[in-house]
Amino acid sequence: MGTYILRRLLLMVPVIIGATFLIYAMVFAMPGDPLAGRCGERPCPPAFAAKFREQHHLNDPLPVQYAKYMGQLAQGDLGETFQGVKVSEELSKRYPITIRLAVIAILVELVIGVFAGVLAGIRKGKFVDNLVLVSTLIVIAIPTFVIGVLARKIFGLDLGWFRPTVSPAAPWSELILPGIVLGAISLAYVARLTRTNLVENLRADYVRTAVAKGLGRPRTIGVHTLRNSLIPVVTFVGADFGGLLGGAIITERIFNIRGVGGYIFQSIHSRDGVAVVGAVTVLVIVFLIMNLIVDLLYGVLDPRISHD
Amino acid sequence: MTDALKSSETSPVSGAPAPVLKAPEGGDASEARSLASDAWRELRRRPLFWISLGIIALFVLMAVVPQLFTRLDPTAASLSRGSDPPEFTWDGAWFGYDLQGYDIYARTIYGARASILVGVFATILTSLIGVVIGTISAYYGGWLDSLMMRVTDIFFAIPFLLGGILFMTTFANDENSGYFLIVGKVVLVLAILGWPSIARLMRGSVLQVKPNEYVQAARALGASPWRVIRSHILPNAMAPVLIVSMINLGAYISAEASLSFLGIGLTPPAISWGVAISDSLTYIETAPHMLIFPSIFLSLTVLGFIMLGDVVRDAFDPKTR
Repeated sequence: MGTYILRRLLLMVPVIIGATFLIYAMVFAMPGDPLAGRCGERPCPPAFAAKFREQHHLNDPLPVQYAKYMGQLAQGDLGETFQGVKVSEELSKRYPITIRLAVIAILVELVIGVFAGVLAGIRKGKFVDNLVLVSTLIVIAIPTFVIGVLARKIFGLDLGWFRPTVSPAAPWSELILPGIVLGAISLAYVARLTRTNLVENLRADYVRTAVAKGLGRPRTIGVHTLRNSLIPVVTFVGADFGGLLGGAIITERIFNIRGVGGYIFQSIHSRDGVAVVGAVTVLVIVFLIMNLIVDLLYGVLDPRISHD
Repeated sequence: MTDALKSSETSPVSGAPAPVLKAPEGGDASEARSLASDAWRELRRRPLFWISLGIIALFVLMAVVPQLFTRLDPTAASLSRGSDPPEFTWDGAWFGYDLQGYDIYARTIYGARASILVGVFATILTSLIGVVIGTISAYYGGWLDSLMMRVTDIFFAIPFLLGGILFMTTFANDENSGYFLIVGKVVLVLAILGWPSIARLMRGSVLQVKPNEYVQAARALGASPWRVIRSHILPNAMAPVLIVSMINLGAYISAEASLSFLGIGLTPPAISWGVAISDSLTYIETAPHMLIFPSIFLSLTVLGFIMLGDVVRDAFDPKTR
């Protein structure tokens, strides 16, 4: 187990290096001059420009710049933006908001998704089943931003149940509607995954045994079948957590939430490469760690899978 | 680890195990039916199959010859009728006008072309890259496999939307960009970020086919790797990729709209549903019709492809019958 985790952690290193390099190279190639507009209407004095370029390693070729950046990163320093703000400081303000948003989305996915999936699975071919199948298809087909815009209009502006824009502090209660929007499509996937796996497992021999020895329906489904059926769901949700953090950019824009997605978007527009790379690097690392956790959870849910 | 990988490679919609296309043939031809013909018989009886085919045919027709659906010019604007609501007279504008006074019906009809083009070409490109990398990786194994899978991991780890935004900002469109350049860039970015999932799926599927006796036999008889892959492995390992690609086609159309929504996907002169939806947001209170119609068309197109992929997958999977 220990060696397995170590091996996986080591395998992450090239992935992190590769992914950050790709991002860094693209930011490096971005058109536009970071000095533009720094000194008001007139061009910057040469001395200032030279110092600025020196400070942000702008004169070095790409590999050298990248190596210097990674050297900093290895010491836990995410660098400074062109405005002189520490990236880590800004991220520590914004990540909690986005993570709260993603946690709500995951909870919504798991609770409603699994419930709908079970409901459909145990009544395969009946009305409830078809209802769940058709409604999840429709949710998957409508892009998140359309769902978000409509939800904001209907529940935020027309009915007034939720605040249409989230305040800077972004407490849990204000993030409920954005969280539901963010999780909507994954919710549909979770419901379908649960249903398919439940239907498949309900035909397994051990379920027949459980019924034959007189166990009640709740126990047969809840303990014997659902636990096995949830394994693919766990994989999906785990991998989805990383995706949600990145995908939150749209939800954050619609509901005016000051999270990471908005920060990256804004930094791309102001050509602030260090901020972009820093924020995305953290995203990539979270994504990889979530995948590792999912693989480890496998062994817990299904003892047949071992990591030794 | 391998178990974990294998089950995470199943398609996201239902997690059904990868179907294998052909059953071993032989015996009496009239008795034994291949899984493909079995699936076709099953498909023909499903109303959802015909509904989704109908939707797709309609939108493809709209993309190829929009003139069939409207005789209006989508580029004719008149500010005097800006954001006028729909009027339901015989020759009125049923979908209303947008802010610039474009006829929304004509814009929406002409918008189909960009979405279908992006969807189809992004699917072709991702499948091509994914199938080649996945097949080579699984067939040769060893260090080549490890190397290719690490590269796949790298691209897989980049968040989709953020990678897209970054790419489109770095290679931004200017006023002189032609229609095909604009569409081509979106296709390229979807392909760059989308191929890893296909490559993993294909690798898993080839790994399943490779140990079969007929593959061993072909190798023992001295067939070249290219021949083994082409005539023995590919035909038996393609089914999962084809089905997932079909579902992905819908997802790519949706992703294009999301990028356009963020203001960096398609740009004028390309007419796009995503751009139309994005433009309508500011006026959602005063002119909701600007939002509704492009959204309905976009969702219907995505629904068509996802539904088709879903039905076809169910038909090929004996366990769901």
